[in-house]
Amino acid sequence: MERKPVIQLTDIYKRFYIGTPNELQVLNGINLTVEEGEFVAVVGQSGSGKSTLMNIIGALDRPTEGQYHLDGVDMIAARDGELSKIRNRKIGFVFQTYNLISKTNALKNVEMPMLYAGVSGRKRVERAKELLTMVEMDERMHHLPEELSGGQKQRVAIARAMANDPAIILADEPTGALDSATGRKVMDLFHKLHKEQGKTIVLITHSPELAEETDRLITIKDGNITGERSGRGGQ
Amino acid sequence: MILYENIRLALFSLKANKMRALLTMLGIIIGISSVIAIMTVGNSMTTSVSESMESMGANNITVGLQQKEDEEESTEEGLQFGGPGRMKTAQDDDGFTYEMLENYCDTYGDYIMAISASESVGSGQIVDGSLYANVNVTGASLGYFIANSIDLAAGQFFQEREFDDGVMVALISDLAADNLFDGDDEAAVGSQIQVNVDDKYYNFTVIGVYEYDQSASGFSSTSTKDTTTSMYIPLKAAKELTHTDNYLQFTVVTASGVDSEEFAETTEDFFATYYRNNRDFEPSAFSMSSMVEEMTSMLGTITMAISVIAGIALLVGGIGVMNIMLVSITERTREIGTRKALGAPNSSIRTQFIVESIVICLIGGIIGIILGVALGAALANMLGTAASPSVSSIILSLTFSMAIGVFFGYYPANKAAKMDPIEALRYE
Ligand SMILES: Nc1ncnc2c1ncn2[C@@H]1O[C@H](COP(=O)(O)OP(=O)(O)O)[C@@H](O)[C@H]1O
Ligand SMILES: [Mg+2]
Repeated sequence: MERKPVIQLTDIYKRFYIGTPNELQVLNGINLTVEEGEFVAVVGQSGSGKSTLMNIIGALDRPTEGQYHLDGVDMIAARDGELSKIRNRKIGFVFQTYNLISKTNALKNVEMPMLYAGVSGRKRVERAKELLTMVEMDERMHHLPEELSGGQKQRVAIARAMANDPAIILADEPTGALDSATGRKVMDLFHKLHKEQGKTIVLITHSPELAEETDRLITIKDGNITGERSGRGGQ
Repeated sequence: MILYENIRLALFSLKANKMRALLTMLGIIIGISSVIAIMTVGNSMTTSVSESMESMGANNITVGLQQKEDEEESTEEGLQFGGPGRMKTAQDDDGFTYEMLENYCDTYGDYIMAISASESVGSGQIVDGSLYANVNVTGASLGYFIANSIDLAAGQFFQEREFDDGVMVALISDLAADNLFDGDDEAAVGSQIQVNVDDKYYNFTVIGVYEYDQSASGFSSTSTKDTTTSMYIPLKAAKELTHTDNYLQFTVVTASGVDSEEFAETTEDFFATYYRNNRDFEPSAFSMSSMVEEMTSMLGTITMAISVIAGIALLVGGIGVMNIMLVSITERTREIGTRKALGAPNSSIRTQFIVESIVICLIGGIIGIILGVALGAALANMLGTAASPSVSSIILSLTFSMAIGVFFGYYPANKAAKMDPIEALRYE
């Protein structure tokens, strides 16, 4: 079956200028295509450039050189205002440190992306409750982040990432701060989103076991893709 | 919808840092409350002045004597605080004579409605067996009753003849009539009374009873029975009792349509001709309306001074708000990064922090207004006037607080809006 490419990266370079003449080349011409409905794991040593790549895919950062198309949109030509709209509608972020907004309960956190999308109050609450039920956090929806455990916070964060039904979910070491049991539960959620809703997911992880469960494993070393093979999920 | 969310968020973040928020608001609270307080006091004073002006008559001109300016010591301060050797008290000889007044009336008859002069004889008691009434015996000209808007309850005012001849007739207050005639004002008219002043007894015939205006004399702690009221006798008669001939002060009630300020000058010039040879004194005449103007302008100066101080407090308060917003934005850098990652446009971030700054300023402003109204009421009470907070100054204060919020909140909010999402997310 021929599938539509969602992420298309061509010859992506990223350099940081830490005070001229020192320049740090973090990405050395990355070429990567992720198709709709794929579950991809990115692995590699710390400092190899995984997060930098993820930020470029997530439209949080721009490459120094190269071409990038997301869902057919030329992301290099897009202006900042358009990028924030794309982040809002097409991308769902899940961070290692959860990044829930403090002093704001789980429900309001999940509502937030919809607030910026201009969804009306009643629809927002309805959808947020639905999503919290999906991640089994509906009973805790009025709790503040500080009242939740790490695993619970990450589940709320996943619900939040799903708020505007994005084209891709980007998760940067989502289980990095969790013990293996809670990490397992979070990972199961990603599988559920992938299988039941057909979401395209890019996951950075340090855990070889979790990476093995995905469709495709991409290994990055010193800013280059050095290996690519199918995982168990892809067979 | 977003605005409501922003206000909710702002209140949340204020609640999380109550003490800090309060300290931040302090400048604004002080600034706004002092403006409101002075406006309230100013407002009440203007109201009470114009009220008393109404009761005293805006068209009245008060004519009196003032010490001629000393050649060496010509400052006003010298006059008021100069040693006792320099201060002179006007004696009866220095006063305006009856002839001067007659000439004045003849010259400016068309401008004058009445002339009010009085002479205090002393305080005493009307006694009738066990009944009594405390009185101040005051000689009054015919114009006195017009100038002071005194109304009759029974009987009549002095007649020209009684006035000129100094007949021993009297007007007593309805309060005194209550004590002496059991409240029967009609019975009082025509009766003989005996008044004891400084251990001397005088006999008068009551020709009228006037309505005593309690509010004009302020509050009295004594019972109504013991309240001292004025008993008016013809000015001529009073002059005979006090053995004086002249008048140190009198009031001119101008005819309607006369510019009282201009006529005050004319009056002063008229009497000045009589005083060229007086070594110590010269006449002075001023209208009530010019006094009111003077008072208003003085109040205006005080208001200006306090407004400047309040303005400085507000400026300092605004800078405080800006500072705390910068702190808050730094503390919430990761939150800003997260919001941007979730797709918040720069304008939303900017609005969020400007709203927060406005909310701080507005709450500060509201606290300031409440404190200011309370302080103004307390001050007005001390000055003996009723407090009337000015609505326009309250509305102005609210608008101004919001303006401070926008002005001092814009820079921090814009800084937040322009943060790089990655840097904000990586912020430790
Ligand atoms: N904003 C930046 N400025 C300078 N250097 C950076 C910046 N972001 C990342 N780097 C550097 O780029 C390299 C790759 O970082 P990162 O993509 O976070 O690695 P990974 O996520 O694989 O651990 C590291 O050496 C890091 O120090
Ligand atoms: Mg990383």
